[in-house]
Amino acid sequence: MTQPDIKTPVGVPAGGGSLLSVRGLVKQFQTKAARGKGGRKRVVQAVSDVSFDVAPGETLGLVGESGSGKTTVGRCVLRLIEPTSGQVLFEGVDLAKLSFEELRVVRRRMQIVFQDPYASLDPKMTVGASIAEPLVVQGVGGDHKEKVVSLLELVGLSADHARRFPHEFSGGQRQRIGVARALALDPALIVLDEPVSALDVSIQAGVVNLFNDLQSRLGMSYVFIAHDLSVVRHTADRVAVMYLGKIMEIGDAETVYEHPTHPYTKALLSAVPLPNPRVERSRNRIMLEGDVPSPVNPPSGCRFRTRCWKATDLCAMQEPVLEVRAHGQLSACHHPEG
Amino acid sequence: MSNEFTTALTGGDAAVPVVSPRRMAFNRFVSHRAAVVSVFVLAILVLFVALSPFTARYGVNQSVQAPPNSFLSPRANAWLGTDDIGRDLYSRLIYGVRVSLIIGLFSAIISVLIGCVVGAVAGFRGGRFDDVVMRVTDLFLAFPFLVTLLVMRNMLGAISWLTPIVGKLSSVRFIIVLFSIFGWMGVARIVRGQVLALKEREFIEAARAVGATRRYIVRRHLLPNSIGPIMVALTFSVVGAIIGESTLAFFGYGPQAGDGATSLGILVGQAKGAVNTGFWWLALFPCLTLVTIALTINFIGDALRDATDPRMQKDG
Amino acid sequence: MSSPVLQVRGLKVTFSTPLGPLVAVRGVDLDVSAGEMTAVVGESGSGKSVSFLAAMGLLPKTATVEGSVILDGHQLVGASPKLMRSVRGRLISMIFQDPLSALNPVHRIGAQITEMLRAHQTMGERAARTRAVELLEIVGIPQPGDRAMQYPHEFSGGMRQRVVIAMAIANSPKLLIADEPTTALDVTVQAQILEVIQKVQAQFGTAVVLITHDLGVVARVCERVNVMYAGRLVERSGIHEIFDAPTHPYTRGLLASLPQTGIERLVPIAGFPPNMLRPPSGCAFRTRCADAIAECEHGVPELHTVGAAQSACIRAAELMRPR
Repeated sequence: MTQPDIKTPVGVPAGGGSLLSVRGLVKQFQTKAARGKGGRKRVVQAVSDVSFDVAPGETLGLVGESGSGKTTVGRCVLRLIEPTSGQVLFEGVDLAKLSFEELRVVRRRMQIVFQDPYASLDPKMTVGASIAEPLVVQGVGGDHKEKVVSLLELVGLSADHARRFPHEFSGGQRQRIGVARALALDPALIVLDEPVSALDVSIQAGVVNLFNDLQSRLGMSYVFIAHDLSVVRHTADRVAVMYLGKIMEIGDAETVYEHPTHPYTKALLSAVPLPNPRVERSRNRIMLEGDVPSPVNPPSGCRFRTRCWKATDLCAMQEPVLEVRAHGQLSACHHPEG
Repeated sequence: MSNEFTTALTGGDAAVPVVSPRRMAFNRFVSHRAAVVSVFVLAILVLFVALSPFTARYGVNQSVQAPPNSFLSPRANAWLGTDDIGRDLYSRLIYGVRVSLIIGLFSAIISVLIGCVVGAVAGFRGGRFDDVVMRVTDLFLAFPFLVTLLVMRNMLGAISWLTPIVGKLSSVRFIIVLFSIFGWMGVARIVRGQVLALKEREFIEAARAVGATRRYIVRRHLLPNSIGPIMVALTFSVVGAIIGESTLAFFGYGPQAGDGATSLGILVGQAKGAVNTGFWWLALFPCLTLVTIALTINFIGDALRDATDPRMQKDG
Repeated sequence: MSSPVLQVRGLKVTFSTPLGPLVAVRGVDLDVSAGEMTAVVGESGSGKSVSFLAAMGLLPKTATVEGSVILDGHQLVGASPKLMRSVRGRLISMIFQDPLSALNPVHRIGAQITEMLRAHQTMGERAARTRAVELLEIVGIPQPGDRAMQYPHEFSGGMRQRVVIAMAIANSPKLLIADEPTTALDVTVQAQILEVIQKVQAQFGTAVVLITHDLGVVARVCERVNVMYAGRLVERSGIHEIFDAPTHPYTRGLLASLPQTGIERLVPIAGFPPNMLRPPSGCAFRTRCADAIAECEHGVPELHTVGAAQSACIRAAELMRPR
C-alpha cells in the first residue's frame, strides 16, 4: 500500500498516484421555489470551485455544517448527481465523459455508504438480497450466497442474518449491512456519507473501528463526510473543512486539528463540546454570531466574512485563495491564524 | 432517529422466526375485526355466486309458477319474491351479482394495470414527461363521470370497426372497456405519488450507485414497495365499478345481453318502480345486496390501507 | 434543602404492542431541584424521552403510566385532562429536537407566542404582544418586533429553536424539559442555543431537565447527571464526579467510547442495545458488561450510595477500589 502523499498541494495536475482527482467542481441547483428579487429564478450555489485529491488507501475527511456542500460533493464524486462544471477524474478517467454503460463498469470501483440506516435498505428485500444486489446488477456470476456470507462475517454479523429483513435489526447493525453491500464489488473508493451520525454514541465507536479495520485489510480509500469533527479525527489522514460550498482549509488531519489557520476551522473546533467538564468550562470559546447564510445568495468575497471576527473590507472585495501555511496545510484567508 | 423499541438480533437468535414485511402486514390486517368479518361475508357471497347452478333455484328467465305469478311477495317457492314477469328474485339476484362482480373485477384489474404503468413511468421520469402525463390525467378526470360515460357509450358504439374489440353496445364487455378507460386516473395518481416518495429514498440511490438501470429499479424496488397502495386502489376500483354499473343501469343503460340476463344494477334499477307500488321486496333485497357488497369491500380496502401503510414499516 | 420541583417515584410505562407488552420505563426515581440543570443521559431504548413524555401526559393511548410524578405539589400520573392542560405550558414546558414540528406553519411567530401567554394568563391582546416581543429579545432574536410578524419558514433552524424556547418560558414555568434540543442543529449553532437555555434559566429561575446522548453538552452546562439504561436509572451523580469516577460499568463504557484526543482506537461497548420486549433479567446491562458476575442475573439492582454518587451496580464499591 503506497504511503499517501499528504504534501501534494492542490493545483498540481492529476496522475502520479491519485485515485481520485477533483478539479474546480461546481454544482448549482435550480430551485422551483418562488422567484427571488428581480424575478430571477433562485439558484442554490451548493458547491463552488472545489478541488482535492485522494490517494489510494487514504482517508480524506470532508467536514462542514449544513449548507457546506459536503454531501453534494460526495454525490458528484460518484456522479450520482451531475456536476454543473468541473472535473472528476477517477483512476485517471474523466467521469463526465463516460456513457451510461461505461459508467456502469466504473461503478464497480466506487461505492457509497449512506447516513440513514433506516432508509438505505429496501424494507421488502432480505438482507442477503440487498447485499447481493450489486453482484446481481453488475452481472457477476458464481454463487452469490457464499460471497454474501463472507461479507456479513467481515462486518461482524453472522451468516444466519442473511435471510432476515432490515426492520429486525438495530441502527448500528443496519449500517454494517450497508457497509457489507458497499464492499460487495471490492471497490477502490468508498464515499461514507455521515455514516455514524444517526447511531448511538457507544455504537459509533464500533462502526468507526470497522471502517479502520477494513481499510487496513483491504486498502480502499475513503471520503469520510461528517459534521462531527471528533469522529473524523479517528479515521482521516487528511481533512478538508468546507463552508458554503468552498473549501476553507485542507491538510494533514493532525495539523489541522492542532494548528488550524482558518478562523472558521478554529470556530468549529471551539464549538465542539468536550466530554470533560473542567476543560470544557474553562475554555476560551469562540462564539459565532447568527446562522449560516443561505447558499442562494452567498456573501461576496470571502463567504465566511459575515460571521468572522477578523473580517475587513478586503474580505468583502476579494475572495481569498488556498495558500500554503506554516505547517503544510492550505487555507483560504486574508488574515489567517497562527 | 433513535428507535426506542429496538429489536436487535444477536448471533444466537437463529431460533427467532423470520418476520417478513408480508407477515407483519397480514397481522395488521387481521387486527381489524370489521375487515375480517367482511372477508367472510364476501367470501360466502362469492361462493354462492360461483356455485350458481346449484344455489340458484330457478333459471334467470324462468317463471316461478304458472300465472298468476307477477309480483308475488316472499314465500316458500320464491324466497325473495318475484318480479313483474314472475321470475324468482333470489335466483336473479345470484346471476345478477355474478355479472356485476365480473364487471367490477375485470375493469378494476385493467384500470389498475393502466394506472400503474402510467403512474410509475410519470413519477419516475419526472420533469416534462411527468407534467404532460399528469395534465392528460387531469383532462380525463375533468369530465363528469356519468355524462362522459353516456356520451362515450354512444360514441364508441357508433364506431363500427371497434365493435369486434369492445363488444356490442349493451354487452358486458363494453361496460368493462368503458370503466377501464375512465377508471385508471385515480390509480395513476396514487402510484405516481408513491413513486415520487420512494424515488428519493436512499436504497434507490444505492441501486443507482451500483449501476442499476431505470427499468430494474422500477421492477425490483418501486413496484414491490408500492404494492400496498396499489392493492388499496384495486379494492376501491372494484367498488367504484360495481356502483358505476348500478348507476348506468338505473338510467337504463345497463348491460342487456338479452334472454333476460340481468345485473345487480338492473335489479337495483327496477327498485325505482317498486317503491311506489308497494312491492317492497323488489327494492329492498337488491339494494341491501349492493350496500353489503360496497360496505364489505370498503372495510377490506380500509384495512388493507392500514396494513400496508409504508410509514408504519419504518419502525417495524 | 427545599423540596424538589419535580419528584418522580417508581415511574413505570408500559406500551401495548402487537408483539406483547413493552415496558419502556421500569421504575425510575428522580428529583429535580429548583433552578438546577439536570442531565438525563441515555441511548436507544433507555426510556429517557418516554419518562418525561409520561410526566407531561403526552404519550399515546397505548401507554399505561404507573407510579408517581409530583410537580410543585400536583400529582401528574392519572391526572385529569383539565389539570394537565392547566399545568402544561404554565408549570412545566417541553421543547423537542425538531422545532419545526412545534410551530404552526400558517401562523405568525408573534401570534403563536401570544396564544401561549393568553392561554394561561389573563392578558389583553396588546399586553401579550408586547410581552411576546420582549420574550423574543430575551432569547436573542434580532429585530424582535419585525420578526414577530414573520412565519416559521422564514426562520433558520437555530432561530426556530430560540422561538420555541421563548414559547416554552412564556409563562415562567417551574420546569423546562429539553429533549435533545441541539441534536438537529449545526455545532456552531448548538453552542448558541445552550447559551440561551442557560440565560433563560438564570433569568427565570427555571429548573431544566436536559435529555441528551451527548456527554460533551452535558459537560458544558449541567450540574447533575442521571444515566439511564434499558428503562432504569443506573447512575446518579454530580457533574465532576461522573466524569472523574463513574460508578457504573455502562457509564464507564459510554465515556470510553467517545472520540478523544490521544487515543488510537475507539473502544465501543460490546453487544447491542437491549431488546425492550425481552430485556435481560436482573441487571439489563450484564450481557454487555465485562465485570458481570453470576449475581447480576438475579434481582433488580437498586440505586445505592457509593461515595459521592448513586449507582445501580452491585459491584460498584468493589470495582472502584484501586486494584
